Order: sequence, then C-alpha cells, then structure tokens
Amino acid sequence: METRHLISIGDFDRAEIDNLLDYARQLDQGNYNKNFLYGKILATLFFEPSTRTRMSFESAMARLGGTSLSVGSVEACSIAKGETLADTIRVVSGYADAIVIRHPKEGAARLAAEFSTVPVINAGDGAGQHPSQTFLDLYTIRQSMPIDKIDIALIGDLRYGRTAHSLASALSLYNARLHTISPKGLELPATLEAELSDKGMEIIEHDALSEVIREVDVLYVTRIQRERFPDSSSYFNVSSSYRITPELLCGARDHLIILHPLPRVDEIDPRVDVLPYARYFEQSRNGVPVRMAMLMQVLQ
Amino acid sequence: MKKTETAENEGLLVRRIKNGTVIDHIDGGEALNVVKILGITGTTQEALSIATNVPSRNMGCKDIVKLTNRELSKEEVDRIALISPRATINIIRNFKVCEKKGVEIPTIIEGIVKCPNPGCISNTNEPIQSKFNVFPKGLHCYYCDWVISKDLTSYII
Repeated sequence: METRHLISIGDFDRAEIDNLLDYARQLDQGNYNKNFLYGKILATLFFEPSTRTRMSFESAMARLGGTSLSVGSVEACSIAKGETLADTIRVVSGYADAIVIRHPKEGAARLAAEFSTVPVINAGDGAGQHPSQTFLDLYTIRQSMPIDKIDIALIGDLRYGRTAHSLASALSLYNARLHTISPKGLELPATLEAELSDKGMEIIEHDALSEVIREVDVLYVTRIQRERFPDSSSYFNVSSSYRITPELLCGARDHLIILHPLPRVDEIDPRVDVLPYARYFEQSRNGVPVRMAMLMQVLQ
Repeated sequence: MKKTETAENEGLLVRRIKNGTVIDHIDGGEALNVVKILGITGTTQEALSIATNVPSRNMGCKDIVKLTNRELSKEEVDRIALISPRATINIIRNFKVCEKKGVEIPTIIEGIVKCPNPGCISNTNEPIQSKFNVFPKGLHCYYCDWVISKDLTSYII
C-alpha cells in the first residue's frame, strides 16, 4: 500500500477535510479504541521550537496506546554535525512507524516524504505549510458555526505566518470571504493572494480591524514577530496598533470567535480571555483529537 | 537534395552540419538562453553555431542553434518550450533532415531552474535537484510552492 503523507492542506479536497474533522469529533467524544496504535512508534523531529504542536502530537499518540521518540534539541542531533535532512530521515524511518517534522526550511516536509519509508506529517516548514494547525483551526470554527461562507479576518503577520497561509487555502474550499489586516510589508504574499483569487475567494484588505469588526464571524490573530522589524521602536509601534482589546471588539457579532495559533505575546489583551469570543485555548486543546485523527489516518 | 528552409532563408549564414541537431524558430534573442537551458557550456565538446535575430517570414525574426554530432533527446528539447514554445527541432544525419518535431511544454522539470525562494529546502546541501510543476501561469516549486511567473531565464541554473 502506498505510504500516506500529510504535507500540505492543498493535498486535501473538501470531502477529505470534512471526513477528518468528523473523525476528530468522534475521537473528541471518547469514541475510540484506546489501544488503536499500541506498539506503534512516532518520531517527533522538531528542528524549531514547539510546545503545543509537539506535545499535542505526543499526547495524541499516548491516548491511542502508542509511544513517541524525539531527538531532543537540534544541538544534540546529527544535523548539528552537518548531516543532511535526507540522511536523518532515512535513518529515523528505520526507528519509527511515522515521523512528525518541523523544520525552518520551506519544503522540508516534502523532501522528508521523498526519503522516508514511513508516513511523514508536516508540523510546520518555515513560512510554508502547517496542515495539522489548519485542521484544528477548522475544527474549532466548526464547533461554533458551519464553515461555509464565513467572513473571516486575518490579522497580524500574514506574510510569514504559515498558519494563516494554510488556513486561507483551506477556506477557499468553503467559499469563505477573507478580510486581511496587516502591517506594511507583512501582507499576504502576492502569489498566494493570486492563487486564492483564482479559486474564487473574495479577499478584502483593510487598514484597521475597526473597519470590519462588525462584519466578521471569525477573527484569526497571528503574532507579529519582532525580528521582522529593523528596530524595537518600530516593532512596538506596529504591534500596539494591532493589539486586540475589549474596546476594539465593541459592536462585534454575538457569535464572533477569536482564534490564535499561540503563543501570543502582546497581540491579545488578557482582558479578552474572559470574553465569550475567546476560543484560542480551546483551539489549542483541539489539537489533540485532530492530531489523533491524523495519526490514525496515516498509521492504520 | 532539397534545400532546408534554413539554408534558403539565411543563405548559409550559418554553415550546414553533417550530423547533429538544428533548433530552428527560436524566439528572437532567446538562443543564448536555449543553449543555457540545454546545459551546453564552453567546456562541452560539440561544435556550436548560433544565429540570432535572423529575418523570418513567419516570426519577424528568429534565432537558430546548430549543434554538431549530438542528437538531442525529447526530454532535452522539451525544456526549450519553456522559453520558446514555437521552436522546431531537426535531427540531421548525413546532411539530411531525418526527424523534424516541435517542442512540448513538459509537466515537470528537474534540475534546470533554481527556486528563487532563499528559504526553500532545494537551495540547501540536500541531495535533491530543484523540481517544478509546470502550470499555465508559471512554474510551481514542488517543495515550497513558490511560483515563478516571469523572468524564467534568470533562474536557469
């Protein structure tokens, strides 16, 4: 049987996405065999820092009766000695039944899939794709409303924010309308915008969230990274103007939900956490059933 | 012997070849890029003749490349379609045109074009070649999804 890899949300059609979300909901309700992956080993290869993605994959594996292996820090593995990723993948393929990889280079997971003899799941490759995050984002939206034809605002770093790219691509399958709010220079990449427009997605750029807060169903916030700016003062100027506060949410639709892939730094005022709109911690928790569904799909 | 179009039109601007490949109807000014995309450099053995901006009844002006003692494969010549889709290939044996064919745009190209994305895994020391899917709107990097929609020739390896 052909090895199934999960590399990009673009590899899935609408029916496949819906099936996986349905399956995750069943798992979330506790309807599963807790020894489904007994005896299976997952290798987690994280060449970039991660808390939620890595731990939720490990948690998902443990809940299904499987075990996880990891290399620890990048400094402690052979990559630090100059080994190619291709060789690392060939070797790790012999130790585990599936590999979850996060890597700073775009396309790294695609390369890993070429050299691996076991399924590869992309847990983020540079500014590229992060499909498991997209599945849990969609799952969280679907907990509150049907995904079809939603108005969603993406705010923050839309140029380098891979979660925003993957989510926007997936939402093009659901006839969603995209509102973008980002600092100058951190707009959605032109190639992605063209690709989404070709798929019939309506994309509207705004200068400020206040222009659109009354019209959106979902507000998706991403972190603006300090290293994208030449100095600290320009970073603080921009980041403060994109901060979500309770005042900014005045007039929002009752059913609005606010998502964030986390970690957040200053983008969301902690006072927002107690508002009914805040769903980012629930979203993070949803990583477990969604990643259980992904693991079951590639390992069954 | 029937004279070839090349010989008639250009009055043997470039000398006939006994054996090899003549790439005709290259878009004017693209001959050097055609040579580049075929991987022909100053260190390769074949005698190479290039005529650029030759008057052409159908094309206005065209370029011609003649390569002696080497018959290009279909895979090789199809790469040319990326920059000059009207090019025609003539395989010459003993001064006669033995095969004449057009070029077809390939669906995938490997090791010819460098991904412009500095963050792409194909621009590292990994044991892979660059790989692009060819779509009507441009070349799509197999690894990082970067799209090259213009200035293709500046990315030829």
